[in-house]
Amino acid sequence: MELYFFLFFAIVAVASSVAMILQRNPIYCVLLLIMVMISIAGLYLMLDAQFVAIIQIVVYAGAIMVLFLFVIMLLNLSREEGGVFRIQKPLAVLLATLLFLPVAAMIMSYAGGGSTPPAAGGDAGFGEVEQIGTLLFTKYLLPVEIAAVLLLIAIVGAVVLTRKGTVSVGE
Amino acid sequence: MIPVTYYLVLSAVLFLVGATGVLVRRNAIIVLMGIELMLNGANLSFVAFARQFGMADGHIYVFLVITVAAAEVAIGLALVILLFRNRGTVNIDEVRSLRW
Repeated sequence: MELYFFLFFAIVAVASSVAMILQRNPIYCVLLLIMVMISIAGLYLMLDAQFVAIIQIVVYAGAIMVLFLFVIMLLNLSREEGGVFRIQKPLAVLLATLLFLPVAAMIMSYAGGGSTPPAAGGDAGFGEVEQIGTLLFTKYLLPVEIAAVLLLIAIVGAVVLTRKGTVSVGE
Repeated sequence: MIPVTYYLVLSAVLFLVGATGVLVRRNAIIVLMGIELMLNGANLSFVAFARQFGMADGHIYVFLVITVAAAEVAIGLALVILLFRNRGTVNIDEVRSLRW
């Protein structure tokens, strides 16, 4: 039963991501990427990561993708994209395939080294908000603070960059 | 239960599809979306390993990766808007003043 769920989410995620790469219309690309995010959130739920699954849907599918959609609609991008490089596509597929080889080798070496199945929902409270929160504010306090500063920098940077008339780039 | 290897294979496939998207597409926004896909692939293996070893630390890494992704998208899209305002295009092939 669980395998069927895994296969369902995996097939939806891979098919949507491949369709996203092939899709010409940027708005459909965003919608397909949201499909990928939601199926990955389903996989997180299967891995007992409830908090991460909710964050995935709320922050990724909710906030980040809406930002993409907003910019696409702001710039009114719906036309075809043309290219200068003609050999780019076969070259890109070749490079990605080459990149797959070391990744596949690493997975295979790990599979050979004793892959035990995940614990069957044994330890109660795993992946729930309480455990994550405790870790976030004790062991990982410094990274969380740095992430907060990073977000502040991103906010200020985005505002400064897009403010009209102050930054002049190029001619 | 599903072996963790399945999750790793899926995460590798998602990562590589994202990498292909970054290399193939010429629309700067779609390139950013390919990077998001790559980050998601990496996140999936973090969570799979967290389940495997029964440690929630992997979830914290995913949380931080999502934070970095949000910051990256905010700055990246600001740059795309700036690019569009100055050049009237988001095609990354046409933006090559710094090349040669």
